[in-house]
Amino acid sequence: MAFEFQFQPVLAQSEVLLDGLYLTLELAGTGIVLGGLLGTLLAVLRGVVPALRWPIGVYVEVVRNTPFLVQLFIVYLGLPEAGLRMSAEQAAVITMTLNLGAYATEIVRAGLESVHKSQIEAGLSLALTRWQVFRHVVLGPALARVWPSLSSQFVLMLLSSSVFSFISVQELSGAASNVEQDTFRSFETYIVITVLYLAMAMALRVVLAVLGRVMFAAPVRAR
Amino acid sequence: MIREFGTSELWFVVSSARWTLALTLIALGLGGVLGFVIALARVSRLAPLRWLAAGWIGLVQGVPVLMLLFLSYYGLSLAGLDLPPLVAAGISLSFYASGFLGEIWRGCIQSVPWQQWEASAALALSRAQQYRYVVLPQAVRIAVPPTVGFIVQLVKNTSIVSIIGVVELARAGHLVNNATFQPMRVFCVVALVYFCICWPISLAARWLERRMHVGRAG
Repeated sequence: MAFEFQFQPVLAQSEVLLDGLYLTLELAGTGIVLGGLLGTLLAVLRGVVPALRWPIGVYVEVVRNTPFLVQLFIVYLGLPEAGLRMSAEQAAVITMTLNLGAYATEIVRAGLESVHKSQIEAGLSLALTRWQVFRHVVLGPALARVWPSLSSQFVLMLLSSSVFSFISVQELSGAASNVEQDTFRSFETYIVITVLYLAMAMALRVVLAVLGRVMFAAPVRAR
Repeated sequence: MIREFGTSELWFVVSSARWTLALTLIALGLGGVLGFVIALARVSRLAPLRWLAAGWIGLVQGVPVLMLLFLSYYGLSLAGLDLPPLVAAGISLSFYASGFLGEIWRGCIQSVPWQQWEASAALALSRAQQYRYVVLPQAVRIAVPPTVGFIVQLVKNTSIVSIIGVVELARAGHLVNNATFQPMRVFCVVALVYFCICWPISLAARWLERRMHVGRAG
């Protein structure tokens, strides 16, 4: 007896799936923005305040060497024990920010270190203020250089958001298990969901590439 | 009945790390073989092979590990194979590893200077001999640091297969937490065990990378 694909029951639930898709985009979008900002901030702080180098290094190593899922459990199940209650969505955003923050710190740090000292001296000798040198000579080019690495990390983050279904967030994977239980068409459901993730990942790559071109236009490419 | 998080619970968590390690090794072995084939296909002279390999890499890297897991779990059972969760988990993690290793190794093969190909072709080596005696020995050297780095990702992503009931570290943590209800303590221990596995591998990857650059400069 051959298996017959039946996509209609799954596609009939498109409303549930679209809600899940929307929540995935919302959560991942928030996490990417916050995590990116946190990473940039920590990478800069690490360079400016020597006392913070060690604690930031520990944070980065701990996050990068433990699974995202376990971090999610610690935030969602562990923190309430310490009196910090939150919704599953809040826990998701917090975990994503902390996780991506660590990876972004490491990536941006590499970018900052690639700026040569002579560049800074050249900037200062042109009578730029310290802030102007930092903004236009150090941070801008550093971010432009590591933007491709940051972009792939952002895409990985989007895909990792699928584990939020473990704490019953109704994002795309969570919606999938609902649809699966309603329709009993497991394989078809996950094929549809896989296609949606693939489309989202491709779209995010394009958006990030365009964003990179807009944000880091002329000054860097001219060289 | 609520239990305390005592020595026996601690031992249960720590000893379940063997399944995490087993899954990592299975995925590394199977995924490594498949990844090697994909890397070769990716740089093949036959365009359809290149497209196929590129498609596979794009699929694996554009989809959550969780989806690879569900697709292989349900797909294989529909194909009439009633697999125990551990095997399904091993297979899906192998697919995951093959996509990433294939892409990493493609880069390594292509980073061997073009002149090496030309020189070996001039010596009338066949394509297979070129790979065997000239290109791969050099590519392997370049491939070691990023491959070791990827193992860390692999170890961490084995946690995802806990959802289909494989009692590896993350699942063991969950079970102990259900019995003791001390999530903070339990999951910090789980995280610590992962850290003890992953950190040395991370350090090794970094050390290998530094050593290779020193070698190149000298």
